[in-house]
Amino acid sequence: MGALSKSPWIIHYDGSSCNGCDIEVLAALMPRFDLERFGVINTGNPKHADILLLTGSINEQNKSVVKNIYDQMPHPKVVVAVGICATSGGIFRECYNVQGGADKVVPVDFYVPGCAVRPEALIDAAVAAVALLDKKRDAMKAGKA
Amino acid sequence: MWWLGGLLFIVLAPFVGGLLSGIDRKITARMQGRIGPPVWQAFYDVAKLLQKENLVVRPTQKMYMDFFLVFTIFTGVLFFSGGDLLLVIFALTMAGVFFVLGGYKASSPYSFIGAQRETLQMMSYEPAVLIAAVGIYMVTRSFQVAQIVHHPTLIIKDLPGVFFAFFFILTIKFRKSPFDLSTSHHAHQELVKGITTEFSGRTLAKIEIAHWYEYVFILGFVYLFFASNPVLGVAMALLAFFCELVIDNISARVRWQWLLAASWGVAFVAGGANILYLMLKG
Ligand code: SF4
Repeated sequence: MGALSKSPWIIHYDGSSCNGCDIEVLAALMPRFDLERFGVINTGNPKHADILLLTGSINEQNKSVVKNIYDQMPHPKVVVAVGICATSGGIFRECYNVQGGADKVVPVDFYVPGCAVRPEALIDAAVAAVALLDKKRDAMKAGKA
Repeated sequence: MWWLGGLLFIVLAPFVGGLLSGIDRKITARMQGRIGPPVWQAFYDVAKLLQKENLVVRPTQKMYMDFFLVFTIFTGVLFFSGGDLLLVIFALTMAGVFFVLGGYKASSPYSFIGAQRETLQMMSYEPAVLIAAVGIYMVTRSFQVAQIVHHPTLIIKDLPGVFFAFFFILTIKFRKSPFDLSTSHHAHQELVKGITTEFSGRTLAKIEIAHWYEYVFILGFVYLFFASNPVLGVAMALLAFFCELVIDNISARVRWQWLLAASWGVAFVAGGANILYLMLKG
């Protein structure tokens, strides 16, 4: 395993959601599941983050925010759409201001289904995401060399 | 062989400091009922940061952090090679100044507030550090660390108040609650990441390594108070570190006014009274 996969720092952004998935994200960091044992840190700063966790759907107001957070993250980075809202818009899909899932504005690497997601599914996504981080790092190196 | 201590510091301090910071996270996790990351986590973090892209607002902001690292190492080298205690304190301040300048240079509102708060923190701990140097001089009649460590009696016996004042400001230097105003050890906080907000990749790794060097230097300073008994000295340094973890986990961040008043209050009351007593005793 490369160094990236041992220290994935996440940033969590909540779009247009019911908050259910956000609570699950936090639950995954709490003592019972304790994501920090894999080196995960929940940071508030995009410039320190490796994984962007997006919950909730994209609407007119937050699309520039999501784009901005994504752009501020240093490469290599991975985006995980958490919950069905972030995947496709979910139950908010028909709303007049909702554009759809997170992939409307940023390239999403993983979709975690569920309404709300289970912490186990989230941990699964985190493990998959760190593997991809290493791959992206290698691609980045190869590109430079 | 005066240079040996300095050389050992340059080579070994990052390992000791990194390990301490890993142990810190492990113990903190256990206190919170979590399993916590492996003790090597701090090294994994830095190894990762070295591989990340280095985003900067202005290219020069990196330079300030290079100086921060260099001066932090210089501080420790001076100290561990038995140099002049006053010079050590000047070097420490110099390192702090570069850290603050780096925060200002990045010119984001978050790092700006972080830099301002860091300045306040420096202002808060400086009196206690100076009083510690003065107190140690009054007991040992020397500012040379090489001579201070060979002082025959336990220095703390004559300087309990000064040591208390110094212990009080350790929390600031370790960047622990309740005094982690400028940037926190913990990732999530209301100021995003304070002074380090605009730093990423390699530069952030350098900041992290500078903190490891700082850890070892500070614990070395604690050791100085118990230098006549090396075993006790090391034990007390580690105990002080553990106390910081406990304090970190049971307290919330305070306002800067409180920080300044408390650290100056303790420095001038406990430290000052101690110095006064030594003077009167002659
Ligand atoms: S997926 Fe379900 S639980 Fe999650 S934010 Fe959307 S509506 Fe709420």
